[in-house]
Amino acid sequence: MIVQPAALALIVAALLTGFMVLYAGWYGVQILLHWDMRSGSELQLSLERRTYLISAIVNFALICQLLSLLLFIYTADALHSLFIGAMCAAGTLHVNGFGYPVLALKIVNFLLAGLWLIINYADTQGYDYPLIRVKYSLLLAMVPLVLLESFCLIAYFAGLQADVITSCCGSLFSLDRPGIGGDLAGLPDRSMAIAFYCNMAATAACGIIFLVKKRGGYLFAALSSMGFISAIAALVSFFCLYFYELPTHHCPFCILQSQYGYVGYLLYGCLLGGGVAGLGVGALMPLRGRGSMAAVIPVLQRQLMAAALVLYLIFTLVVSWPVIFSSFKLL
Amino acid sequence: MSGLLARHRNIIDFALSSLLRRKAKNISLLAVYTLIVIIIASCMLFINALKQEAAAVLKDAPDMVVQKMVAGRHDLMPVSRGEVIGGITGVRGVTARLWGYYYDAVTRANYTLTVSDGGQPAPGSIYIGSAIARLTGFSQGDLMPLRTYKGESKLLQVVRVLPAEAEIVSADLIVLSEKDFRELFNFPAGFATDLAVSAGNPLELATIAAKIVHQFPDTRPIMKSEMLRTYDSIFDWRGGMIVVMFAVAVLAFIIFAWDKASGLSAEERREIGILKSIGWETADVLLLKFWEGAIISLTAFLCGATVAYCHVFFFSASLFEHALKGWAVLYPQFRLAPSINAYQLTILFFLTVVPYTAATIIPSWRSATVDPDSSMR
Amino acid sequence: MIELCAITKSFAVGLPYQLTAVRDVSLVIEQGQFVVIKGPSGSGKTTLLTLIGCMARPTSGRIMLRGLPHPGLPGSADSAEVEITSLPERFLTAIRRATFGFIFQHFNLVRGITVLENVMLPAYPTGEPYELFRSRALQLLELFSISRHAATPVDRLSGGETQRVAIARALINNPKVIIADEPTAHLDSGLSSEFMEILSTFQAQGKTVLIASHDPLVYESSIPDMVVQMRDGAITGITRQQ
Repeated sequence: MIVQPAALALIVAALLTGFMVLYAGWYGVQILLHWDMRSGSELQLSLERRTYLISAIVNFALICQLLSLLLFIYTADALHSLFIGAMCAAGTLHVNGFGYPVLALKIVNFLLAGLWLIINYADTQGYDYPLIRVKYSLLLAMVPLVLLESFCLIAYFAGLQADVITSCCGSLFSLDRPGIGGDLAGLPDRSMAIAFYCNMAATAACGIIFLVKKRGGYLFAALSSMGFISAIAALVSFFCLYFYELPTHHCPFCILQSQYGYVGYLLYGCLLGGGVAGLGVGALMPLRGRGSMAAVIPVLQRQLMAAALVLYLIFTLVVSWPVIFSSFKLL
Repeated sequence: MSGLLARHRNIIDFALSSLLRRKAKNISLLAVYTLIVIIIASCMLFINALKQEAAAVLKDAPDMVVQKMVAGRHDLMPVSRGEVIGGITGVRGVTARLWGYYYDAVTRANYTLTVSDGGQPAPGSIYIGSAIARLTGFSQGDLMPLRTYKGESKLLQVVRVLPAEAEIVSADLIVLSEKDFRELFNFPAGFATDLAVSAGNPLELATIAAKIVHQFPDTRPIMKSEMLRTYDSIFDWRGGMIVVMFAVAVLAFIIFAWDKASGLSAEERREIGILKSIGWETADVLLLKFWEGAIISLTAFLCGATVAYCHVFFFSASLFEHALKGWAVLYPQFRLAPSINAYQLTILFFLTVVPYTAATIIPSWRSATVDPDSSMR
Repeated sequence: MIELCAITKSFAVGLPYQLTAVRDVSLVIEQGQFVVIKGPSGSGKTTLLTLIGCMARPTSGRIMLRGLPHPGLPGSADSAEVEITSLPERFLTAIRRATFGFIFQHFNLVRGITVLENVMLPAYPTGEPYELFRSRALQLLELFSISRHAATPVDRLSGGETQRVAIARALINNPKVIIADEPTAHLDSGLSSEFMEILSTFQAQGKTVLIASHDPLVYESSIPDMVVQMRDGAITGITRQQ
C-alpha cells in the first residue's frame, strides 16, 4: 500500500464524492416516485426544495471529478519512479488491474456529470419542470458508476507495491505487444490521421448546417462522439510522435509532462469539453418537444454546438501545428 | 453575460459584509481552518523539499556501485575486478572507492571517512564536516586524535572545515588521504570498499548489472535509480503517515465546520428569512452561502500556505523535523531549498478545501430553503 | 388584475396539528384598486397576502395574473393571463421581484447594515448593474426625505423613519402592486394617517395597493375602494366604496 499524501487526497475525494452522489441518488428515487408538479402539497414543496441540494451536489461532484482526474494522472506520473520499468503514468497505471479502469471510469463519470448539468440547466429554464424524470433517471444510472470508480480507486492504491516490475510505456504501447495499447499504436498512422481530419471536418460541417438550418442534431452528437474517440486514437498513433519527435513513442501520458509544455492538459481539456458539449446536443434532441422546452432547448443546443466546434477546432490546430511546422518528419 | 457578472459581484459584496457582521464566529472558524492548512502544508512542503534535496545529492552519485558480498554481508572488493568490469561493453569507467565508518567513543557519534580522488588532502591532514566541528569543538589548524584498528592513536591535522552549505552530504564526513585511511583501518592493499561504475547509456545499466553478476556471482550491484526509489518511498511513506495522523484533526475540523454552518443563530435565520421575503430565491441564497464559504476557504488556504512556506523554509520546520529526518546524533543543519508547485497546492486543496466544502453543502442548503413567508409568521 | 379561485392553504396536512389558514377563498382584485383585508388575528389575512404576492403556493385552487409582468413565461408582456399556481420557485420569485413590493409588519430590515444597503438589497440578485439601482435607491430616499440617513445603520432610526425605509425598499424594483401586512401596528395615529396618504399617492400613480389590517383607522378610512372581511380563513363579506 502506498501511503502518500496525493493518494490520500484522491481517496478522500473519491469517498466524499461517492457518499454525496449516493445521498443524491436516494433523494432522486423519492423524486421519481412522488413528483407531481400540479400538487401544492407539502411533500411536493419539500421535493422541489430538495432539487436544489441535488444540483449543488452534482455541481460539486463534477468539479471534484475534473480536478481529481487531473490529480490522478499527475500522481500516476509522479509515482512512476517507484516502479521499475515505469517511465511515466502509463507504467504506474499498469501496475495492477485497477489502474486503467479508474481512468476510464473517471472520464465516463465526468462526461455523465457534465451531461446531467446540461439537462438540469435546460430543465430549470422551463416553467413546468419537463425533464425531471429524465434527469433523475440519469442520476440513478450515475450512482453505481461513481461508487464503482471510488471502489476501484481505493483498490488501486491499496494494491500498489513499490518495486513491482511493470511495463513502461515503451513496451506497453509498442507495436508487438498484444492488447489495446498495442492495437492503438499499431493502427496505420497515416490512415488514422486522415480519418481524424475527415471526422473533424464532417463534425464542423454538420455543426454549421445545424446552426443555420436547425437540423441534424443526432448526427452532430454521433459525429462529435466519434470525433472524441478518433481524436484519442489519432493522438496515440500519429500526432504524439510529432510532439515527442520519436517514431516509436506512442504514450498518451507523456505529453502531460513539463518538457512538452504541458500541452497534454490543453489537448485533453478541449477534447473533454467538446465531448460533453457534443453529447449534450444529442441528449437534448428528443426533449425538444416537451412543454416549455420548445423555447429553451434550441438556443441551448446552439450554444453547446458552438462550444464544441470551438474546442475541437483548438484541438485540431494545436495537434496539427507540429506536423506542419516542426522539422521532424515521418517517412 | 454582464448580468451574470453583476449578480455575482453583488452577492459577493453582500457575502463579505455578512461575514464581517459576524466576526466572532467567522474568526474562530478561520483560525481553526488556517491551522489545519498550516499543519498539512508544512508537512507536505517539508517532505517534498527533502525529496528534492535527496535527488540533488544523488545526482552526482555514481550510476552503479558494485559491492562484494560474503555470507550476505558487505566484504572488501579486490581492485583487480575493476579492470574486468571495465572491459564489459557499455561501461564508461570504473573507480575503486575507499570509505568506511568510524565510531568516536568520546562523542559517541559515527563519522563517515572517505578518500577523494586527486590526492588531496595530503597525508597527515583531514577535512572535517561542519557538524563534526560543532560536536567536537575542533576547527581549522587543530589536531584531531583518531584510534587505529591496531590500537594506536593517530593525530591528524584539520586543514579545512567543509562549508555549511554542503552539510546535507558532508555533515559527518572526514576526508583523508589513502595512506592514512589504510593505516587507520588496517585496510589491505589491493582492495577497495566498493567499485563505482558509470555507463555510457544509463538505460543499459540493468544489462551491465546482469553481466557483472554473471561474471562475479558474489557481487551485488546497486543502481542509483534504486537508491532514489528507496528514498522517495521512505519520504512518501513518512509524509503519508503524518497525514494519516492528522486525519483525526481534519475530521474534527470537518465536524466543527459542519456545526458552525448548521448552527444558525436566531439573527442569521431572521436575516435569511428577510432575504427570501424581499425577492431572493433559494439559488441566490445558496450562491451567497457558497461565496461566504469560498471567501473563508480562500483566505485560510492562502494564509495557511504562506505561513507553512515560511515555517518550512525560513524556520526549518522546527515542529516536524525529528519525526521526518530520523534518529541520529549528528544532525545536519541545513536550509532547505524553497520549492512549491501547483501539484502540492492541488493536493493541499483536496485535503482541506474539498472536505470543508463537502461538509458545508447540506447545512448551506438547509439554511437557504427557509420559506419566504417565515419572516411574516 | 389578480384572480383567486377556490384557494385553500393548509399546513401540516394529515398530522394532528393540521391547520387550514385559508379556506376556499375566491376574489378578484382589479388593477389600480386599493383593497383592505380586515379581520382578527388568526383569520388568515397574512397567509392570503403571501399567496397573492407569490410567496407561497396554495394547497389547492388557482391563482391567475393578468396585465402584470411575468418574466420567463410565454405570452407578451402585459396582456396575457398567466396561472401562477404551480410555477417553480424560480419563476414565482422572478414574478414577485418584478411585480410586488412588500411592507412587513415588523419592517423586516436587516440589522447591522446601512439604510441605503437595505433599500438596495432586493435588487442584488437581479443582475442589474450596481450603479443603476444605487441611483434609484438614492432617489427613493430623497423622495421620502431620509437621504441624510443613507449611511446610517438602520438600528439607529426612529419608528417613522424606519417605516419610510421599509416603504422605499418595497419600491426599489418599480412594482405594480404594493402589499402591506399590518403596517400601522407599531405606529401612532399621526404616522398611520401619513402612511395611508403615502399609499394613496401610489394608487394615484396607477399601482394596486393591498393592505391587511385590523386597525379601524385603516379599514374605516375613505381611501380604500374595497374592504374584504375575513374570519377563520374564509371571506365573510366584501364592502365596496365609491
